[in-house]
Amino acid sequence: MSKTSKAFTAASIAGAVALAVTAASTIATPAHAQAKEKCYGISLAGQNDCAAGPGTTCAGTSTVDYQGNAWTLVPQGYCAKYGVDKANAEFDLPGDRVGSLEPLDRDLPSS
Amino acid sequence: MPSLSQTQGSFARALLDPSDPAPQDVRRPAGADATAPQTRRFDIYRNNVAVAAIDALGETFPAVRALVGEEFFRATARAYLTQSPPRSPLLFRYGATFGDFLQTFPPAARSVPYLADVARFEFARLQAFHAPDAAPLSIAALGEIDPARVASVTFSVHPSVSLSRSGYPVVSLWAASTGLMTSDQVDMGRAEDGLVVRPHLQVDSHILPPGGGPFLAALIAGKNLATAAEAGGAAVPDFDLSTHLAGLFETGAIAGVLPPPADSVQPNAAPRAGL
Repeated sequence: MSKTSKAFTAASIAGAVALAVTAASTIATPAHAQAKEKCYGISLAGQNDCAAGPGTTCAGTSTVDYQGNAWTLVPQGYCAKYGVDKANAEFDLPGDRVGSLEPLDRDLPSS
Repeated sequence: MPSLSQTQGSFARALLDPSDPAPQDVRRPAGADATAPQTRRFDIYRNNVAVAAIDALGETFPAVRALVGEEFFRATARAYLTQSPPRSPLLFRYGATFGDFLQTFPPAARSVPYLADVARFEFARLQAFHAPDAAPLSIAALGEIDPARVASVTFSVHPSVSLSRSGYPVVSLWAASTGLMTSDQVDMGRAEDGLVVRPHLQVDSHILPPGGGPFLAALIAGKNLATAAEAGGAAVPDFDLSTHLAGLFETGAIAGVLPPPADSVQPNAAPRAGL
C-alpha cells in the first residue's frame, strides 16, 4: 500500500480538508479570491469572440474558399514555431510563407 | 427503377465523396443551357455542403487552423468530412472525433503530433460553452462532513468540466495560437494537463499543477477522496492535498459532494488510521 511516495491516512486527509476549508474562508473578499485563483496552476480567461461556435448567430461569415485539396499538405501555420524535434521535422515552409505569431496578411478575403 | 431509399442513399453518398459520380437520375432543369453538364447543379450543391462543413470545423478549431495554416487545415478537414460527416444538425457538435482523426492522419501525425491534443482541448472548450448550467459548490460544504468519514466522500464535477491530459504543452499551444500567450511562453518540453470549466458564463482554461491531472481524473472517475489523493501522490512525491483541493474548488469544477453511506467504513484509509 505504501508504494507511493506519500501515504494518505484518514487523519491526514481530514487535516488537509480542514486546512483547505479554513484557508478558503479567510479569503472571502473578491480581491483575495482572485489572487488565490492565480495560485492554482495557470488560469486563462476565455475569449468571448464567437465562443458559441458554428451554426450559431455569432458564427463568422467568411466567404472565401480555398482550394483545400492541394495534397502537398505541409503545415504552414504557427506550428513552425513549435517543432517537436527540429532534427526530424519533416515540413518546410514553401515559398515565402513562414509561420508567424504576428497577424498574417496573406490569404485574406479580397473584399 | 431504384427505390426512394436507394435514390436517397446514392445521393447522400455522392454528396460527401467528390470522386463518386452524381446519381444517374440527376438532370439539368428543363430550359437550362443545354451545353452545361447534366450534373452542374448537383456539383454546386455538393461543393456547398463540403464548404459549409469545413467552415464549421474551422470555426470550432481556430487554434488547430492557426497552427497548420488554412490550406493544410482545409485539406485535412475535407478528408475528415469524407470519413466522418456530421451526424447532428447542431454544427457546434461536429468534430467530436476530429482529434482522434488527427492522431492517425499521417500528414498531421508525422509533423505536428501535438495537433490532436490541441484539437481535443478546443473542442472541450466549445462543448463547455454549451454544457448545462450548474452552481459550483463552495468548499465550505466539505467542512460540514464528519472528519472521520471525509476520506470516503466522492464528488460530482460540474457538467462543463473536461480534463485534457497531454504529453505536450496543450494549453499553452492553444493559448499562443489564439493570442492569449506569446510563443515565448510555450515550453515545448512541458507536458500539460488542461482543465476546462465554465462555472458561470465564461469558459475558463487552467493548466493544472503537477499531480492535479491524476487527482482530478480519479475524482471524475468517481473515486473517493483518499483514492484520488493516492493517485496524485503517486505522480508527485510532495503532492499537497489541501492545495489541490482548495484549488480545484476555486476553479468551480466541483458541483457536488456525495458523502459515503452512514454505515460504511473507509475502505482505503481506515486500515492505516489505526497505525
